[in-house]
Amino acid sequence: MYPTKYTKAASIDDAVKALGADEEAKILSGGQTLIATMKQHLAAPTGLVDVRSIAGMVGTSLDGDTLVIGAATTHAEVAGSAEVQKHTPALACLASGIGDPAVRHAGTIGGSVANNDPAADYPAALLALGATVVTNQREIGADDFFDGLFGTALEEGEIITAVKFPKAQAAAYVKFRQPASLFALVGVFVAKGSDGIRVTVTGAGDEGVFRSEALEAALTGDWSEAAAKGADVSAEGLMSDIHGTAAYRANLIKVMAARAVAAA
Amino acid sequence: MANGATGIGARVKRKEDKRFITGKGKYTDDVRMENQAYAAFVRSPHAHANVKSIDKSAALAMEGVVDVLDGHQLTGDGIGNIICGWAVASKDGSPMNMGAWSALATQKVRYVGDAVAVVIADTQALARIAAEAVEVEYEELPAVVKADKALTKSAPEIHDNAPGNLIYNWEIGDAAKADAGLAAAKHITEMEITNNRVSPNPMEPRSAVATYDEAEEHYTLYTTSQNPHVARLVLSAFYNVAPEHKLRVIAPDVGGGFGAKIYIYPEEITCLWASMKTNRSVKWTSDRSEAFITDAHGRDHISTAKMGFDENGKITGFKVDTIANLGAYMSLFSSSVPTYLYATLLSGQYDIQNLHANVRAVYTNTVPVDAYRGAGRPEACYLIERMMETAAREMGMKPAELRARNFVREFPHETPVIMTYDSGDFDANLAQAEEAADVAGFPARQAEAAKRGKLRGLGYSCYIEACGIAPSAAVGGLGAGVGLWESAEVRVNPVGTIEILTGSHSHGQGHETTFAQIVAERFDLPLDNVAIVHGDTDKVQFGMGTYGSRSGAVGMSAIVKAMDKVEAKVRKIAAHQLEASEDDIVIEGGEVKVAGTDKALGWHEIGLAAYTAHNLPPEMEPGLKESAFYDPSNFTFPAGCYICEVEVDPDTGTTEVVQFTASDDFGTIINPMIVEGQVHGGLAQGIGQAMMEQVIYDDDGQLITGSYMDYTMPRAADLPFYSVHHASTVCPGNPLGMKGCGEAGAIGSPPAVINAITDAIGNNNLSMPATPQNVWNALQAVTASQAAE
Ligand SMILES: Cc1cc2nc3c(=O)[nH]c(=O)nc-3n(C[C@H](O)[C@H](O)[C@H](O)COP(=O)(O)OP(=O)(O)OC[C@H]3O[C@@H](n4cnc5c(N)ncnc54)[C@H](O)[C@@H]3O)c2cc1C
Repeated sequence: MYPTKYTKAASIDDAVKALGADEEAKILSGGQTLIATMKQHLAAPTGLVDVRSIAGMVGTSLDGDTLVIGAATTHAEVAGSAEVQKHTPALACLASGIGDPAVRHAGTIGGSVANNDPAADYPAALLALGATVVTNQREIGADDFFDGLFGTALEEGEIITAVKFPKAQAAAYVKFRQPASLFALVGVFVAKGSDGIRVTVTGAGDEGVFRSEALEAALTGDWSEAAAKGADVSAEGLMSDIHGTAAYRANLIKVMAARAVAAA
Repeated sequence: MANGATGIGARVKRKEDKRFITGKGKYTDDVRMENQAYAAFVRSPHAHANVKSIDKSAALAMEGVVDVLDGHQLTGDGIGNIICGWAVASKDGSPMNMGAWSALATQKVRYVGDAVAVVIADTQALARIAAEAVEVEYEELPAVVKADKALTKSAPEIHDNAPGNLIYNWEIGDAAKADAGLAAAKHITEMEITNNRVSPNPMEPRSAVATYDEAEEHYTLYTTSQNPHVARLVLSAFYNVAPEHKLRVIAPDVGGGFGAKIYIYPEEITCLWASMKTNRSVKWTSDRSEAFITDAHGRDHISTAKMGFDENGKITGFKVDTIANLGAYMSLFSSSVPTYLYATLLSGQYDIQNLHANVRAVYTNTVPVDAYRGAGRPEACYLIERMMETAAREMGMKPAELRARNFVREFPHETPVIMTYDSGDFDANLAQAEEAADVAGFPARQAEAAKRGKLRGLGYSCYIEACGIAPSAAVGGLGAGVGLWESAEVRVNPVGTIEILTGSHSHGQGHETTFAQIVAERFDLPLDNVAIVHGDTDKVQFGMGTYGSRSGAVGMSAIVKAMDKVEAKVRKIAAHQLEASEDDIVIEGGEVKVAGTDKALGWHEIGLAAYTAHNLPPEMEPGLKESAFYDPSNFTFPAGCYICEVEVDPDTGTTEVVQFTASDDFGTIINPMIVEGQVHGGLAQGIGQAMMEQVIYDDDGQLITGSYMDYTMPRAADLPFYSVHHASTVCPGNPLGMKGCGEAGAIGSPPAVINAITDAIGNNNLSMPATPQNVWNALQAVTASQAAE
């Protein structure tokens, strides 16, 4: 690892100041992605600004029908949160299936969302549930937030402080794990919300997380496993790698969608 | 002497585990020397390239960088090329084409990871940063990674002295007889079979700490080795690091080897030399990414095979053509793996009269390939056992029945591929496995699974391996550069406690327990009175190390031989002091007694007598310490039957191993708990190879599976609770009757798994690893062909 300067921010202002002082500094949350890339010399930020001690950035709460999760809340905390389990059990279930216990006790929702790994789980949830990403500057709807592989609408130095989720009538997430990394080879989130049915797919898209029009169309008419399995999911635009061809992924999208419908 | 609680056959808990599970083990990376610096290697990012220039200036300018050394300096100091120690000649008599391998490449790099320079710095982090600052100019060359492609006309040549990338073109058996046997066959099964390349992944990565003592001109190397004496031998004799008496090699606690820690790699050589150059202790510890591109890989065969059967299912002829990928350089024992450790086992458990195998070994721009748990024998077993199961299906016979019709039943049995099986009862293992696996109940289980939408399948594997490696004269005749005996020394201390010095090396096998058990049993002493010393060339005179399931059959036999000598002396001393005949002396219950009398001496009194030497028989030397070298008369032949049962989810191709049954014949078993542990570990690796593990390079020679993000290791949740059984015959070849158990699981299990999956999906055309995607694709092929009909 290249030398780096660690700063523990006590407030958003603190963090903004520290980030402003060093152009090469990066926000550090759970470190489960960032530290690993630094160890491999793939990233070499000259500064790390730790946001996990900022008041208000950790924890879950209910604001009427809206679930608010602080950006620095770990996956394990989300999985174990009574509010999350009450509001959107599918989200607690998703969080409980991220990585392994060590990852879940360090990695955070904010880090995962900011990183937008094409195989990460949270982006599928945010997009399917119509969540809102809250930053120190603004609020960004999930539809406008995720932008291709590892891309987001975040500006340089912009800090995610929380993610807000509306309540869905029904929701479920089922993933098929890539055998080695155990990340999603294909993860499908289905949700019935106020603006209809949304089906999102992670792990499979050439451009990262996406909504599956084919599945949304099939399930809007007929919310059933059979409809999901019979949907016309094309392999076009899907990733091919050693763990799965586009055709295999297209099949898994249907199978996972059917299982998600059954679980929702 | 019976010693029920701790002797032969007792499930003694491992003595070494206390330190391992409490974090008190002492591994190479735990060694901290004064004045220690760290090495980081500058490695080629290209699979094949000419090295045009190396600019060290930026790295050398960094504060804390001690030196940057390159291959010209290394060869300039007389450090020799890395060699392959087993000469395998082609069938036309020409010697194998061994290309030069320098620990640090000077002109050409031949795989991604090939080292061109080393940075020595005050900290590990700094060494790694400085290594990136070394600027190497490369001229890229086309690369080839697949064994069959390497033999094509258009393939780039990797070594000047290996035209067409061919290392040797070797054969065994009688081609004319095999052809005639096939011509006479009623049924012929023909298959193309690949054995996937795997990476060994011992839990502890490789590590080395080298120290040069300028005043004594003496070197000390701590390293992760399965055979420290062999390391010292080649470091001295071939790599010219230092003469043997000026080099001490210590392999302390070692966390798994699986073959990968047999060889002496560029890193250890470089650290030793660099410690002399810099006058600092030099430490290098591989991380996991570096391990993937430096630890010798295993397997990687492409074969075509034809097996003929008469109307009764008797094998009439068997012909195999194999291309073995040895990677970019010939590693220490690489040449022997696809020849004498592979093709000599192609007769399997069967009486095959007409057998021929041809093996071509080739260079490719990949990490060197050498022995990995089983080494050649898994490749042989996989090939035969897939052939047998597929042939049975094609002929409409029960797979077990076809095997039984061909079993060898008389011993000794000479195969047409130079092995002489000494013992075994293959019917017994098959029967035991079938019963334990409840094969009779399989159809009901299959029907029940079908109701849940799952495809259930059952597969067999009847394996045999040649272990207890190996009779020195025999392997010498086949080209081995070393003898494969083992040595032991039994030291009885003046107070009667015992130290056993052994040339075997434990890196997970539990020698400190099992070796002590045979000593405690022999002299009827508490287990705690026996200590095992190993892994240090200054303590143990010599040894050939641990691999090829040899520590029991060969290593323990040496201990037995030394104990024979100790016992003879004990009897003489006791007879003299107790005024009795040597023949009447019995050793029992911590005493040395005269049978049928109350005359006795404590075991410790004998020790004391030997060392005080006040009252020894005339002419007897004082002391009680004996050593022995044991050279086996034959290989040993562990064998067994494995039955795997799987369920496949046709929607995703996911396969679950729902039951795995093993019946092994390991000969005498010293500690069943440890033996079962060895089987469990071997099965995990075999199932891993069959279903998950695969090293994948892209066409340019870049390693795609360079971390655990892409290389799938078996996890506990992937594996079933094994059902492990033993039906043993005693090995006639060594004093304890042992055959060995270290590799069986990894050898026998892959074909059982694939046979079960192909049974479930109804398609024999499936290659390892049977990942969900591969199984799903094979299922789609079945659907497509059904649709076409
Ligand atoms: C072994 C392993 C397995 C994993 N398996 C899974 C899995 O199955 N599914 C899955 O979804 N993920 C998985 N992950 C990733 C894990 O969920 C990470 O925790 C997550 O991707 C990043 O979160 P973090 O808190 O660790 O962020 P960090 O690593 O600290 O940061 C990641 C990136 O986000 C930026 N960032 C962090 N916080 C903020 C913020 N508040 N505002 C703006 N930018 C920010 C950082 O600057 C950095 O660029 C796995 C990781 C590992 C190591």
